[in-house]
Amino acid sequence: MTTLTQHAEQLSTTTLLRFATAGSVDDGKSTLVGRLLHDSKSVLTDQLEAVEHASRSRGQEAPDLALLTDGLRAEREQGITIDVAYRYFATPRRRFILADTPGHVQYTRNMVTGASTAELAVVLVDARNGVVEQTRRHAAVAALLRVPHVVLAVNKMDLVDYAEPVFAAIAEEFTAYAASLGVPEITAIPISALAGDNVVEPSAHMDWYGGPTVLEHLETVPVSHDLTACHARFPVQYVIRPQTAEHPDYRGYAGQIAAGAFRVGEAVTVLPSGRTSTIAGIDALGESVDIAWAPQSVTIRLADDIDISRGDLIAPADDAPAVTQDVEATVCHVADQPLAVGQRVLLKHTTRTVKAIVKDIPSRLTLDDLSQHPAPGQLAANDIGRVVVRTAEPLALDAYADSRRTGSFLLIDPADGTTLTAGMAGASFAAAAGPEAAADDAEWDF
Amino acid sequence: MTTAATVSEGIGNPYALSHLDSLESEAVHIFREVAGEFERPVILFSGGKDSIVMLHLALKAFAPAPVPFTLLHVDTGHNFPEVLEYRDRAVARHGLRLHVASVQEYIDAGKLRERPDGTRNPLQTVPLTEAIQQHRFDAVFGGGRRDEEKARAKERVFSLRDEFSQWDPRRQRPELWQLYNGRHAPGEHVRVFPISNWTELDVWQYIAREGIELPEIYFAHEREVFSRSGMWLTAGDWGGPKEGERIETRQVRYRTVGDMSCTGAVDSDATTLDDVITEIAASRLTERGATRADDKMSEAAMEDRKREGYF
Repeated sequence: MTTLTQHAEQLSTTTLLRFATAGSVDDGKSTLVGRLLHDSKSVLTDQLEAVEHASRSRGQEAPDLALLTDGLRAEREQGITIDVAYRYFATPRRRFILADTPGHVQYTRNMVTGASTAELAVVLVDARNGVVEQTRRHAAVAALLRVPHVVLAVNKMDLVDYAEPVFAAIAEEFTAYAASLGVPEITAIPISALAGDNVVEPSAHMDWYGGPTVLEHLETVPVSHDLTACHARFPVQYVIRPQTAEHPDYRGYAGQIAAGAFRVGEAVTVLPSGRTSTIAGIDALGESVDIAWAPQSVTIRLADDIDISRGDLIAPADDAPAVTQDVEATVCHVADQPLAVGQRVLLKHTTRTVKAIVKDIPSRLTLDDLSQHPAPGQLAANDIGRVVVRTAEPLALDAYADSRRTGSFLLIDPADGTTLTAGMAGASFAAAAGPEAAADDAEWDF
Repeated sequence: MTTAATVSEGIGNPYALSHLDSLESEAVHIFREVAGEFERPVILFSGGKDSIVMLHLALKAFAPAPVPFTLLHVDTGHNFPEVLEYRDRAVARHGLRLHVASVQEYIDAGKLRERPDGTRNPLQTVPLTEAIQQHRFDAVFGGGRRDEEKARAKERVFSLRDEFSQWDPRRQRPELWQLYNGRHAPGEHVRVFPISNWTELDVWQYIAREGIELPEIYFAHEREVFSRSGMWLTAGDWGGPKEGERIETRQVRYRTVGDMSCTGAVDSDATTLDDVITEIAASRLTERGATRADDKMSEAAMEDRKREGYF
């Protein structure tokens, strides 16, 4: 029993990694996910029994591990994954939240959803097919969403005789492509999800490979960033004013630090008003601290009694973002109804929601070859494009490349509240890399 | 290309948050978003461990101010007395306001009919949704976790419900970054799940770390139980044991707390939080698989009930 207690103690000090998987329909993504869950002993007896029971009742002899992850009636009926699902598993070294995203082309918005909170993306490739269109789409989405780490899992190595040259060629092609998109770190791993090679256990068939297994890599990849390189940002969520006998004068600004670190005594600017003050205290959920950093939820008290409300942004006085009412961004359109030039929308940025109008849609992007199609007029579901938005009030907006948290926004339909579009402010990531394509390409299908 | 890119060790980094700190920070952010954007939020509070953790998180999120939400309990009429006692103590201690929606009152008034199998869990949906309409709650916090059940794995953190409280899993809003969209029409409401990303073990570890008090039925104790469908149920006025079912005294504890008619106990020697955590870390059964009869009704039982308005 000692070892179990130690295991439990170890768990409480581990870190959390959020990652997303992406792969085409037949690349074996479900098998990989099933293998990760199964081999890390995260599938419990009753879940396995339920899968065995369901598999038997539909005439299958072996348990279909995809049933572990396909949770909805419609998914089981159609045998496909139609929506992002989140899975949880743990090893003694780390806890994992896996955004299991469907690979089908028409569900690109789901990969965008999964990748938006991921620190790592696993892109799955069938070793027999190599880098295909869908692989390039997944790499482009990972780059677009600024996922810090990308793993290329070259699957089905058992079907190519575990041959090193096959893996090396795919890894080289993918690495060159992803690097050209600006993906900062790429790790290529040859695997067989079906046979279990290099997923949790090292492969006995590929002694030419000296790198980590998928799980080893997930366990050791760094999850926190260099805070000194980040612009500190604190969107104010809620003003805490108890006005009780015990705390008559307490006035704290509650929020989650979006990027960087804040220290007591630091000079800060409040945007969009531009007023300045210094940090008098930081309360980290009951404990008074001298320094706090992303993504901690804290309450900041300022030395001066200035008017601050939900939606304001606190930033270091010498490192505050510019405020603007003209937002240029790359967006992924996630709603079924289109987004058109001239449309009135709501824009939600951090804790601030403002009225806005779509002034222009300069281009639509083809993820296959990263070509830009000028002036499409509107964006349909799953489209990625450039958008120019004018807001009714100024926003303190960073470039998404600098901060995923303060550079991202949603466009919302004011009529029914539908989330229309996921936005990433700043220059297009593909502006330099993508070749210009003809405007009249009718075959564009993404 | 025979080796992967070098990986550096992130776990020793002083700015890496522990997984419990990450989950806590995320949950607090969700509570504050709701406080900032909604008019009439309410926390579903049953006195079970998940809702106790939720209340603890809400207390931390707004300290030193009080929690700006009321509580709502759907009382099946078959609740454990220890849990109701805990509920009332928590409400009094934190100066909160509690609404109770009573399944028994609905049955007595002829608005609901007892099921042949005696379980009252599915009967909670009507009193719950009517309480939401009656009090015009626009955000309803639930302690649902995605690790509990595969339909719940598909649930958003902010989940829109129509005027009939129905969930349509195919028409969910994509949820990106930490930008939660709580827009809703009058009559609609949003179900909010701040501990979506927690697992059962996370909940227990957090309870241990924070020193949170729990109802004693979560710890091993002697209890008069009888066996039905492979579970140890507590004998009582609610309808057990039936003929042929034999009462015996066993040392048991509960992993989940709900209606007595469908929540089973497990054999256990775990009398402390450490023991419980050790036991759960070693368990080969999920908490629902071990002790919930209602989820075993069909392959999509949870999805079907959620569609109707259940949590």
